[in-house]
Amino acid sequence: MPASSLAVTDVVAGYNSTPVLNGVSITARPATITAVLGANGAGKTTLLRTISGFVRTRGGQVRLDDVSLTRLAPDHIARAGVAHVPEGQGVITELTVEENLKLGLLLRRRADRAAALEDAYRKFSILADRRRRHAATLSGGERQMLVIARALLSAPRVLLLDEPSLGLAPKVVAQVMDLVRQLRDESGLTVLLVEQNARSALSIADQGVVLNLGKVVATAAAGELAADVALRRHYLGF
Amino acid sequence: MQEFVEFTLGGVSDGVIYAAIGLSLVLIWRATRVLNYAQGGLAMFTSYIALMVINATGNYWLGFVVALAAGLVIGGVVERVVIRPAAGKPHLNTVIVTIGLLILVEGLAGIIYGSKNRSFPTPYSIVGAKIGSFDLGEGASPSAIFTAVAVLAAAGLLAVLFRYTPVGLRMRASAFSGTVAQLMGVRVGRITTLGWALAGLIGALAGMLVTPQTFLYPNSMDSIFVLGFTAAVIGGLDSPGGAIVGGLILGVLLNYVTGYVGSNLPELAGLALLILVLMFRPSGLFASTATRQV
Amino acid sequence: MTLARNAGLGIIACVVLLVLCSKLDAYRQYQMAQVAATVVAVAGLTVLIGVSGQLSIGHGAFMFVGGYATALLVLHLNWPLALAIVASAVVAGLAGGVMGVAAARLRGPYLAGATLMLAVALPAVAYQWQGVFGGDQGLDFTVNTPGFLGASFQLTEWQGWVCCICLVIVMVLLANLLRSRIGRSWRALRDNETAAALAGLNVARLRVLAFMLSAACAGVAGSLLAMTMLNVTPGAFTLALSIQLLTAVVLGGLGSLAGAVWGGIILVLVPPFLTDFAASHGFSSASASVPIAGYGLVLIIVMLVFPAGIQGGVRRLLGPVAPAATGPVSAIGRRLARRLEEGSTTDARQEGVDKEGTRWPDTAN
Repeated sequence: MPASSLAVTDVVAGYNSTPVLNGVSITARPATITAVLGANGAGKTTLLRTISGFVRTRGGQVRLDDVSLTRLAPDHIARAGVAHVPEGQGVITELTVEENLKLGLLLRRRADRAAALEDAYRKFSILADRRRRHAATLSGGERQMLVIARALLSAPRVLLLDEPSLGLAPKVVAQVMDLVRQLRDESGLTVLLVEQNARSALSIADQGVVLNLGKVVATAAAGELAADVALRRHYLGF
Repeated sequence: MQEFVEFTLGGVSDGVIYAAIGLSLVLIWRATRVLNYAQGGLAMFTSYIALMVINATGNYWLGFVVALAAGLVIGGVVERVVIRPAAGKPHLNTVIVTIGLLILVEGLAGIIYGSKNRSFPTPYSIVGAKIGSFDLGEGASPSAIFTAVAVLAAAGLLAVLFRYTPVGLRMRASAFSGTVAQLMGVRVGRITTLGWALAGLIGALAGMLVTPQTFLYPNSMDSIFVLGFTAAVIGGLDSPGGAIVGGLILGVLLNYVTGYVGSNLPELAGLALLILVLMFRPSGLFASTATRQV
Repeated sequence: MTLARNAGLGIIACVVLLVLCSKLDAYRQYQMAQVAATVVAVAGLTVLIGVSGQLSIGHGAFMFVGGYATALLVLHLNWPLALAIVASAVVAGLAGGVMGVAAARLRGPYLAGATLMLAVALPAVAYQWQGVFGGDQGLDFTVNTPGFLGASFQLTEWQGWVCCICLVIVMVLLANLLRSRIGRSWRALRDNETAAALAGLNVARLRVLAFMLSAACAGVAGSLLAMTMLNVTPGAFTLALSIQLLTAVVLGGLGSLAGAVWGGIILVLVPPFLTDFAASHGFSSASASVPIAGYGLVLIIVMLVFPAGIQGGVRRLLGPVAPAATGPVSAIGRRLARRLEEGSTTDARQEGVDKEGTRWPDTAN
């Protein structure tokens, strides 16, 4: 399958009368990693929730290649190929680890499911060890890994990652980042990566976007952003 | 000894009915976090439909199948037509909608079929079995055995559906976290309708099985519903297995009380059991997601 | 200030009701007494459900307690009526306290299940101890009109008077209570139990208190109904009665005393109306079922179209034009509503009060 692009154009969205996103435009080109950076409250998480349909857009457009996702229901958007890994949640604790993973497989063809599951267990061996246990027994880091593995099992065209490093040990973070990079290079996955830790996000990203108070204040190649001392000081804090 | 066996078997035979109603309530509770007070009324209505078919064709099993199919359809239609529009309104509104539905179907049954008691056929004999001279009572009649087998088979099929099929996984995911289910592309709306439809089917089954004992009239399922509700609450509304256990405990207890103590007291005993269980387990015996309920 | 004003309004309402009652024929007086008694029960229940946030599907049980208490006290001890009514309220309130303690940890459907079972189970007491409670036949007793009203004073009129006076007293007390610290605490509890507990409110005690109070109201209502019909039977306090009370609360407008009046009126007056209507339109054979089906349909439609019940609809009609609201209290005409009723129970969660970060100005002065 050829790689997909995600285009967010002039999106206005929010929870109540005051919008959190105020005309945000971001283009994630096929098979690239785009880091979305910014302080707390900049609207990073809201951006991801808007793309995946949980926050209603009041203006602007979201497109996956040439298909409009604007105002579609979240499940519809998921079936269109957008996988969203929410921050610090998303595990169904009442189900076993394997059942959580199988939820991701529901979007795959029946014939591919068994092989994909085995593949995931090879990549995430901790999950393989705990496959029959209830997800409630997992640690925070293991849960995060489970949610990422589940999202990847759905064979998405675009992956939205919200603070994947939160709660994970540095070694595991590096492992996850490596995996994301590998998926970009080998499977043509397009990634939107929201991170507080701008330094590590920019280290694997192709492009960086800086949000502040619901607006895009900078869009540039990752290397350029990392080199811009004034911007780093002002918005990224490193 | 003979009495004890008789009361126990009778209790089990009553208990599986409460279990079936309880199970249907659990299905709905898990799908929508709504308690359907019309569940008994809908079962009464499908039993009337079955009786019409049986009287017209003389074939019990045709009526049986039609009742279950009607339960399936009515359950789904109710969810779409009156429950979904109430979503997002205060929770109590949904409670009142289901009560309104109960009153409506009971009124409709009275208008269409009249309010006189009608006898209802059983596929098998209700004469209790004997081992030599040892009378096992009506709880061991072919009809009672059919009842128990039918309910347990339905529960077993549901368990298989939940645990081993993709649809079952979708249903459980939607029940525990609608948001995550949506995130994984599950059409939660359809799954919800399916939950109500299956509950309608189980309710219709309970109606077919219990109505030979109660006769059929617009309010015939009221007290059965209350006891089925009690069974589900005792077991924990999130737990299908809990509804079965709750139903059996309740059925056996009420039969002991009626048999040994007095025929006026089973309701009070049921109340005492309910309060006792809830004092120690406020979300039922098999509550697994107590923290999730607000 | 409010107490004095409410008391003043109460006296005026009382006089109006008594004069109205005197102008009616015996059947209408009987109906008026029934409406008044029902409104008392519905008002108590609306405080429990709409203000303290606890569900009860079994308040008929407390009416049962109040009715039998009155019958027994009048029959065996010859207590004067007023004293018997007060005693019935106390007994029912105590029963409510027991239930409230047992149910203090229960929420949502678990509380509903326990109260539902209570309503089913309690009438069995009358069958089990027939010597005391008279079994299926219940207990008959008599009430006399007091001497100072003259020998020609009709009993039905006296019954209507007693019911109306009790109604006004209960409503004035409830209206004041809802504006007091306790009323505010209940609303805090309903809107966010955790926050209320953190703010130092004794959640368990407040919940039990609400149960006691609303059970006492139901006890008064049961007592008044018994006094109106001059007998009590277990068949008068069925599960259907409990469910009707609940529907009246929500139909009238949850948490609103004015709504309780609407609910009570509908509960008593609409079924006979529908029966007459059905009979006159050729439904004779099924005439008993037509009002039942009609009531069910009305409940569904009102809940879907007017989620805030009749009182919410009234407020919407009286209020200025504004966008449609979703909460139990329409966003429209809210200020007017505050003036119309004491202890308005604008539901913060549904109303977006917290979202907009503002409290509605209190214009009732």
